[in-house]
Amino acid sequence: MMLAASASTGWFLENAFLIPLIPAIGFAIIIGFGRRLPKGGSEVGIASMALSLAIAIGATVQWIQRVGSVDEGSGEHALGGVFGFARSVFPTATEGGHGGEAYVEPVIRSWTWWQSGSLEFGLGQHIDGLAVMLLLLVAFISLLVQIFSTEYVAGDRRYTHFFAALTLFSAGMLVMVLAENMIQLILGWEIMGLCSFMLIGHWWEEEANSRAALKAFFTVRVGDMGLLVGTAVIFFGANQWAVENGSNGFSIQAISGWAMSGEASTSVLFWGAVALFIACIGKSGQFPLHTWLPDAMAGPTPVSSLLHSSTMVVAGVFLVARLYPVFYTGFDIGGTNVNLIAVIGAITIVIAAALAFVQNDIKKVLAYSTVSQLGYMMLGLGVGAWLPAVFHIFTHAFFKCCLFLAAGSISHSGSHHSFDMKKDMGGLWRKMPITAGSWMISTAALCGVPFFSGFFSKDEIIDNAHNNGYTFFYYVGLVGAAMTAAYMTRATYLTFFGTARGAAAGEHHDEHEAHDTAAHHDDHDADHGAHGADHHDDHHGAHAGPHESPWRITAPLVILAALAIGSGYLNAPAVGTHYFTDWVEPRGAAVELDGYASDEGHSEALGLAALPRAEEGYSEGCGYTDPSPGTVCYAPKLNHAEFSWGKAAPSIILVAFGIGISAWLSLGVFGGRRNPFVGLTRRFAPARWIHTLLVRKYFLDDLYERVIVRSVAHPISKAAYWVNQNILDGVVNGVGKSGRSAGDWVYRNVDQRVVDGAVKASGVVASESGHALQPIQSGRVNQYGALLFGAATVGAILLILLNI
Amino acid sequence: MYAANFLLLGAVLFSIGVFGVIARRNAVMVLMSIELILNAVNINLIAFALMNDSAEGHVFALYVIAVAAAEVGVGLAMVLMIYRNRRSIALDELSEMRG
Repeated sequence: MMLAASASTGWFLENAFLIPLIPAIGFAIIIGFGRRLPKGGSEVGIASMALSLAIAIGATVQWIQRVGSVDEGSGEHALGGVFGFARSVFPTATEGGHGGEAYVEPVIRSWTWWQSGSLEFGLGQHIDGLAVMLLLLVAFISLLVQIFSTEYVAGDRRYTHFFAALTLFSAGMLVMVLAENMIQLILGWEIMGLCSFMLIGHWWEEEANSRAALKAFFTVRVGDMGLLVGTAVIFFGANQWAVENGSNGFSIQAISGWAMSGEASTSVLFWGAVALFIACIGKSGQFPLHTWLPDAMAGPTPVSSLLHSSTMVVAGVFLVARLYPVFYTGFDIGGTNVNLIAVIGAITIVIAAALAFVQNDIKKVLAYSTVSQLGYMMLGLGVGAWLPAVFHIFTHAFFKCCLFLAAGSISHSGSHHSFDMKKDMGGLWRKMPITAGSWMISTAALCGVPFFSGFFSKDEIIDNAHNNGYTFFYYVGLVGAAMTAAYMTRATYLTFFGTARGAAAGEHHDEHEAHDTAAHHDDHDADHGAHGADHHDDHHGAHAGPHESPWRITAPLVILAALAIGSGYLNAPAVGTHYFTDWVEPRGAAVELDGYASDEGHSEALGLAALPRAEEGYSEGCGYTDPSPGTVCYAPKLNHAEFSWGKAAPSIILVAFGIGISAWLSLGVFGGRRNPFVGLTRRFAPARWIHTLLVRKYFLDDLYERVIVRSVAHPISKAAYWVNQNILDGVVNGVGKSGRSAGDWVYRNVDQRVVDGAVKASGVVASESGHALQPIQSGRVNQYGALLFGAATVGAILLILLNI
Repeated sequence: MYAANFLLLGAVLFSIGVFGVIARRNAVMVLMSIELILNAVNINLIAFALMNDSAEGHVFALYVIAVAAAEVGVGLAMVLMIYRNRRSIALDELSEMRG
């Protein structure tokens, strides 16, 4: 096991597996002893996340050093090595002497979890740029959210359990992010599914909350079937290739290499990719399984924030990014065909953005916004813009987390636990300047206003869609950008400007509605009892009306708002930075396999024809042509669009247009100014239809619950009941009766007669023969002697007669 | 000299011994009868050894004598113990093993 001479490593990279392990141990401590700790376990959660963050920062620094060391040594065919992977690898591609071309070997370690035959199921780490970036992101966001939560859910009756679930949730995401193989990835994926159920249903005393939790869990599980099927399909496809190269078909690196090798069957790749993408649709809230995400707003706001920014929903995007070679070749993304990922992403962008226009609940606007932004990430991955999509995960995490925490801050201190923008908000910017400021900055980032982080990531996705030849999706992206700007402007206006309404105006004791707008609670105290957690004594006592939140809420907000601007400059071509391109993107460079038997018929030996995909004008290399014998690619080589302000202009103009028109409409509709659009839905039938369609969420929920569940589940349950009563019971009864009569017959005939008869007869025979032989046993030695000699005589006579 | 003479002597001695084992009540007499049987066997062994000109029969006869000596030693010790316990060595009174 030779360590890399050129690719530097370090303690943090080698021991990155501690990053999820620490929160997992923290979870065990909280759940075991949390209630006895002075702060109810929250200090354990925060400490474990802080420790994880420290290790993640160390790993990030060492990864950057590793990339630098590879780039320095790439010109001289330096010998690279892999830790825990049964081959060593050294880079061969040194075209043009450009430093960023050589493949940077991930830091892979694996321990056998259990073994089945020759197949080892491992737990380990696969640390590359993507993993390092997300480890840092998840640990950081989790830490901020936990600090925020200490204030937000203070006094909750299940305070300890909340922090336990929150910590385990982060641990699950971290396990998934550094998964070395598909089994570990599924493990983290399912831990997150469980924790999201626990957290969304945290206040399960209200039925709506527990229903939302169930809906989230079951909807995601529909997709999870795809994960299992896809993993199995890919395993059976990749295992042979992987075993030949010293790994197995669960290893993510082996799967990547197999998918890029050109020896993989295209249909296996395609169906494996489809199945895996179904899992991503469920987890990342893509159309048509996005319906659980807005309902998941029933959970406490910190949960929504964590769920929507860096964990859970990002998991699906992460899966596509992680196994990108499978999707890239399975869907032929390099070939500018329309493919499933891009189509689903594009649909999701538009429909979710349209839904965000008709929401009154501030968190639901943000939820649909998340769905829409996840659509952008999927679109980016679908059109071959891997890096912008992953960069969008990064920037989106900061500003979306900030927006959710700001919404939580408003509800906590401004609108008396209400999230209804139309009833309980308005004019809050004077009362809550810090919250309002961070909200504005994050909104600008989300909308893609230039020089905020969202601009640098989202515009890159749109630009690359155009550059890679996906013209239709380029226009979808532009439309989505304008819609995003418009609905966020509407939400901002309703929340922070205009006249103060309801709770924001200080009249929260009269009109109080909490998370569920459906339930009308006449008794104010009863409602508070049900909520328990949101509840604060100071809301009843000294203060009246909205005020700024305490520092434990505003500090995370300010930090996140700063990052909502700053994070974009890590990879802003407009100002000439490309750190993400250098550090995060896996390089599509062929690496030589160690110990490769250099027979030319290698691919023929597998019975698979090589798939030449060289096209006019395409250079050679991973993704364009198959790797030459003896080399392997772990990532496709992707194009990057060159940034220019001229190309960014359409999206900037559209965003400005969206903000402008939305501000004008908001002023008109909500501000009471005279405007031709006021009352449009009442006067103009098509507008009313569209409004109804949006309010009812395209009737998807009705489709799922009324049509699919009723038409599928109800007849099935009835048929199952009938079958159960008539057929199964009959069979069971018949079997029981015939079994009983058979038993009786056997008892009477076989058991009583044959068996007992034999047993008794043997006893009788033994007894009788004993009695008969008793006289011989006289006890007299003479007689025994006589018998002995008599028998000997008989024997002797017999021998003589037989003449032997 | 006929081998049959030796064999006849052996047969007579054997028969007398068998008669003694079966018919005698006195345990010492029974032991003596067993000695007669064993020595009848010895005569046969030696007679056949002479006939076949081999030493094996002699060796075997010596072996049998050694075994017979041990057997008599053990047998007489048992008879002595029986006599001490019961003041009698009549075998037909020793029927505790009767089934």
